[in-house]
Amino acid sequence: MTKGQAISLQKNDGGSLTSVRMGLGWQAAPRRGLFGSRTREIDLDASAVLFADKQPVDVVFFRHLVSDDGSVRHTGDNLVGGVGQGGDDEAILVDLQRVPVHIDQIVFTVNSFTGQTFQEVQNAFCRLVDETNGQELARYTLAGGGQYTAQIMAKVHRSGAGWALTALGSPANGRTFQDLMPAILPVL
Amino acid sequence: MTAELVRGQNHPLSQARLEVRISAGTPVVAAATFGDADGRIGGADRVAHPGGPVLPGLEVSRQAAADHRLAVDLDAVPDAVHRVSVLLALPAPGRTGPVRFGAVAAPFVAVTGLDGSEIASFTMTGLDAETAVIALELYRRQGAWKVRAVGQGYAGGLAELLTDQGLADAHGLAASVHEAVARGRADAVPAPPPRPADGDRSRPTAAPALGPDHGDTAAQGAPGPVPSPPAYGPQTPGTPGQSPTGPQQPPPPFPGGPGPEDATLAQPPAPAPGGPVDYSHPRRQTTAPPPPPPTVPPAEPGQPARPVAGDATGWSMEERLYNQVWGMFEDLARTMAAYRSAVDFADSRLEKELDQVLSDPRSRIGGHGDAARETARERYDSLVAQARQVLDRDLTQLAAESDVVEPALPLAYARWDHPVWHDYRVPMEIPMAVRLGDLHLPEADGVRIPMLVRLPLERGLWIDSGRAPSLDGSFGDAHELRGLALEAAVAHAARLLAVHPAGEFTVHVIDPAGAGARELTPLVRSGVLATPPAAGAAGVADVLSRLTQRVDLVQMALRGGAADALPPEFDTSQHLLIVNDFPHGFDDRAVNQLRYLADEGPSVGVHLMMVADREESAEYGPLLDPLWRALLRLTPVADDHLADPWVGHAWTYEPPLVPSGSQVLQRVLTEVATARRTWGR
Repeated sequence: MTKGQAISLQKNDGGSLTSVRMGLGWQAAPRRGLFGSRTREIDLDASAVLFADKQPVDVVFFRHLVSDDGSVRHTGDNLVGGVGQGGDDEAILVDLQRVPVHIDQIVFTVNSFTGQTFQEVQNAFCRLVDETNGQELARYTLAGGGQYTAQIMAKVHRSGAGWALTALGSPANGRTFQDLMPAILPVL
Repeated sequence: MTAELVRGQNHPLSQARLEVRISAGTPVVAAATFGDADGRIGGADRVAHPGGPVLPGLEVSRQAAADHRLAVDLDAVPDAVHRVSVLLALPAPGRTGPVRFGAVAAPFVAVTGLDGSEIASFTMTGLDAETAVIALELYRRQGAWKVRAVGQGYAGGLAELLTDQGLADAHGLAASVHEAVARGRADAVPAPPPRPADGDRSRPTAAPALGPDHGDTAAQGAPGPVPSPPAYGPQTPGTPGQSPTGPQQPPPPFPGGPGPEDATLAQPPAPAPGGPVDYSHPRRQTTAPPPPPPTVPPAEPGQPARPVAGDATGWSMEERLYNQVWGMFEDLARTMAAYRSAVDFADSRLEKELDQVLSDPRSRIGGHGDAARETARERYDSLVAQARQVLDRDLTQLAAESDVVEPALPLAYARWDHPVWHDYRVPMEIPMAVRLGDLHLPEADGVRIPMLVRLPLERGLWIDSGRAPSLDGSFGDAHELRGLALEAAVAHAARLLAVHPAGEFTVHVIDPAGAGARELTPLVRSGVLATPPAAGAAGVADVLSRLTQRVDLVQMALRGGAADALPPEFDTSQHLLIVNDFPHGFDDRAVNQLRYLADEGPSVGVHLMMVADREESAEYGPLLDPLWRALLRLTPVADDHLADPWVGHAWTYEPPLVPSGSQVLQRVLTEVATARRTWGR
């Protein structure tokens, strides 16, 4: 997927998706020169913010792993990344059937909790997987790591009777999702 | 934090210097092999065994022993080595020892840090004709070491095992290992003769010294008397070797399930006469696979799956039902949170839109404003209707689940009107949890969630006899409320007595002014109480000082690590103290003792059940606040005061009432009293 691209989350057979997983993976970029093998640990955090009509209703992040309504679940904080070597280091599961009726957008963000910019991260990606069969629906790579510490990755929003995914990829700065709120609002 | 591994499971190792501790009920040979990336051993010099015990970074014992401690330094292991397998083998046949692992206790291995802290452990169950086994392997994974529980046995012994790992002269090496062991045994101090006093606990050990990990062995070895009251882990019903003539808990009926899948299936079969003795600890969770959960029939297309009782994780039906009930509780809490959040949002949106209409000058002219108001209300109604539809869908599903779960519940979880109470027998095992009542939410009156609380109780109970602003306002009479509170307390106590095996639960009652004589009759007349209800200041002081002493004694023994030192006749049961009519008859000293019991009692199996009105004890001021906070507040009438741990809704609690006119309580208590007399406690 590329920035700004939107896909509909309808299955090929016409049925709509029931459960999706937003996976996040990354590795710390190795440093060049002396002591190059010493990689510093980078703690990226995935968060999901649930919006109803542009008002934040609930947030799922490492301190609040399950949304109150139980529809969005974080699988837990990963403090170093790179464990899965291409697999997801953090994942957020969304049970689309259980998302409360007034929630119309779910925004996924990534923050560097330890403060490194994305220049020091390599192989970072976010992907959306159909949790029922493990099929990857979309993959979005955090290319060209710049001088920023957060990124608003994508949003899942209601479209017609079903849901659609839009890749956002807009950079921002902040340690946790709270810092990102001003940056999120324009993309809703 | 110890990871109890099951076969095939792995666990990361964060440190390089480790000890592998092995405990078997009989002398075994410990060895280790170094394998390459393919798991193959290059040659005999890659095997640490009693004949050649040292490899870089690893050393094994020179002789067979029931307990081994292998020091491992993973940093010193050569880079070409990708896998370190730890092996156990029985000494060569023809000796007096056992000839197969099936005849001895399940060997137990643990990986510990140098300070003895356990990192991972693994009990090798299910071995039979094997005489050698790969216990676990330490392996490199992307530059880090991990441990994997293997438990692969070989009936052909060490030779077959080494052949399987690709060693050319496996038979020659195996023979030399056994020869070295035989030589080592001749040099060893002979095993001490078994002590006659507790012969069933002694183990045939050839090794002279048992390491400090002896405690580990005892914990998983023979089931000796372990008199520490709070040591109850999760229980699996049905103990191997229990008296077949003793009263058994009838298997609960499982309508909807695929037949009576009793949890006892999880247990190893009872030992046949003359067969091998099962040394595994009856309270220890084995790695035997749990009985399969009931299979859910495939849902019809477009329909939600039909719920089935026991459709949750767990080692026994009891545990699965417990987890299922908690799952229902959480689902109801969360689906209600979704509904309430949607309605709140609709409310605030409506308000905002109506405000906008008011402030819009155009709305003052003609029907424009009315139309806008109409639209706003329609949007509100449609959103709320949508939310309600989703809620109803979820409630229907939960109600259907509740309909199949309730009849399947075992004794301790069942309502008093459940048929399982009618053919009540005193159980042999303490259940995981007990039902203290029902919970529901106002928007979902039809779905009642059993309120299950783990046993042994973590905190005492406070049955509030105060005149709380009740839901329906019908209970105005303070006296009547006090009677109801004590009745509820008696029902809770009766249930706790009934779900514990005979003699494992003791109830004391303090009723200083004798005000509760009528409500206490069921307990008194059936003879389940250890002593009659204590009355008067002297009675209060006597009961409290006895229980305080007990708490002190058990605490001292546990802190000193000398639970064995308690006198043998010391009764290790759980104790419950019902205090009626607090604070009448209590002086400052007694109040302090009560607070001490509330704070320190639960950890040593002494629990409080206060039947009291908080207002009435206000004369003690804030002194008593910690006491109330330490207790779980229940009410004798429906009251919405309990919060769930996820969202914090206020749940309406309903006490478990014995159906009026039913004799079930009396019958159950009579049965308990008979059993207590039979057990002589």
